Amino acid sequence: MIFAAILAGGIGSRMGGTDTPKQFLTLGNKPVIIHTIEKFVINENIDKIIVLIPKNFINHTNNLINDYIGENDDIIVIEGGETRNDTIMNSIKYIEDNFGIDDESIIITHDSVRPFVTHRIIRDNIDAARKYGACDTVIPATDTIVESVNGETIESIPVRDYYYQGQTPQSFNIKKLFNLINSLTEAETNILTDACKIFTLKDEDVHLVEGEVTNIKITYPYDLKLANTILEDGND
Amino acid sequence: MINIVYRLKSPKFFEESIDEVELDGVVVRPTYLSICQADQRYYQGSRPAEVLEEKLPMALIHEGIGEVIYDKTGEFEAGDNVVMIPNTPMGEDVCRANYSYKSKFRGSGFDGFTSDLIKLDSSRVVKIPDDFDPKVSAFIELITVAYQGISKFSELAITPKDALGVWGDGNLGFITALLLKNRFPQSKIIVFGKHLENLNLFSFADEIHQIHNVPDDLVIDHGFECVGSSASQSAIEQIIDLINPQGTINLFGVSEYPIPVNTRMVLEKGLTLQGNSRSEREDFVGVVETLKQNPQLFEYLEKLVTNICEINTLSDLKEAFDKDYISHFGKTILKWNK
Repeated sequence: MIFAAILAGGIGSRMGGTDTPKQFLTLGNKPVIIHTIEKFVINENIDKIIVLIPKNFINHTNNLINDYIGENDDIIVIEGGETRNDTIMNSIKYIEDNFGIDDESIIITHDSVRPFVTHRIIRDNIDAARKYGACDTVIPATDTIVESVNGETIESIPVRDYYYQGQTPQSFNIKKLFNLINSLTEAETNILTDACKIFTLKDEDVHLVEGEVTNIKITYPYDLKLANTILEDGND
Repeated sequence: MINIVYRLKSPKFFEESIDEVELDGVVVRPTYLSICQADQRYYQGSRPAEVLEEKLPMALIHEGIGEVIYDKTGEFEAGDNVVMIPNTPMGEDVCRANYSYKSKFRGSGFDGFTSDLIKLDSSRVVKIPDDFDPKVSAFIELITVAYQGISKFSELAITPKDALGVWGDGNLGFITALLLKNRFPQSKIIVFGKHLENLNLFSFADEIHQIHNVPDDLVIDHGFECVGSSASQSAIEQIIDLINPQGTINLFGVSEYPIPVNTRMVLEKGLTLQGNSRSEREDFVGVVETLKQNPQLFEYLEKLVTNICEINTLSDLKEAFDKDYISHFGKTILKWNK
């Protein structure tokens, strides 16, 4: 089976100035998270869409889905976790309890605040996760990357050609991901902010999928303003 | 749903833009697209400045096939291969919808097919069999233009159809001559062109002639002008010279300039001139059926596929247009992977 996990566990502490988590703010004429879910709803290859959300927003999310998408048995809203990896783990546990985990099943994990993801990116993620077991969506870095450990002086300037900016989706063979997560030590778990890092830490290959410059993450108020502006421009 | 559309912002400059669409129609992922001269004129900036100002930014390309990924109406299944109809009627009219001022046309007034997804009304989508060659299917729209012209011709012509002359050794001339041969196998199909290397590809035709070297006693019953641009003038002149009285002249070639016509001889011979542009659903259904019934046509149509470009980036799209521009014959097919 193919599962999508829409990660909306966070409460958007970087958004500022609003109590509403960023995934529920309006982009065009719908909440950001609805735009994101729609991209997965229209993809017939995906069997179930698991939306992971802070506990006190589960009912609200279900109401929004009913209002904008309509009743859909393939969308399941459950509680996310403390960290990104906890949230992913919750989705895997849900899959294990309700569908079982076989050798072939894959999971496409995607930020709820990246509504501009394309059908092509999702398709390439499915293909790469099936073929290689793990993939990450990236675009080549355009700015020069500067490394500074103390935050005051430059340690090094790596060759830009070798650097990419990570986007989502990140997609995995579920069984492989599950086994790797369970093999982590506590020290390893504490430093992991990214699911793909679990694979690289264990010397497992993660294949690159080409992202899009438009596949931006709505993190700051500026991003939402920018996203709304380009959407209005495109609709003219 | 949010959609990413790749628009021509100004000549030779594409950009990504974001569009919001309702999920109330058929959602298609483009697979194979084909560049038309009309797209090339926008890309090169050879349309009048006021036209460019009015129409751009706009996604180009109105010839293409795709895969249905979602259909709320249930008429199509995910995975169905379909050809997309660029003409989009916006209201009832007394004429055919491809001539109606109430219709919109993709890649000319509203967005064409260069996008992540395309939402169309279910009437703007026609299923094609999985065994159709996708590279040929990419330019079914061009075939439908010839098809609708020939359908109108067959209703209009009152004199015999023994000798049918096709002017133009380019893509549309090739397709028109091929469809005429298929529809009227008893008729003699005579092709007139400038370039012998192109004319030699018309092996299915009964005769080929270079326009400066036509036998003195040659006559035709009906003529098909597939030349376009300022060269239409000499083609129409030659058709009027060679055509039998009460024949029809079927015009297909687009010209940016007004073309003078020898009306004195049109009157004297009692000729009928018929204009042809674009096509409608029945033409798409007709072409798909014709190709199903006559699979040998693919063998000839494949000869038109001269460039195949895989499009992963907007630079690839630019390169494909540049490559197409310097090609003298054939179609540039875009394997859409953007």
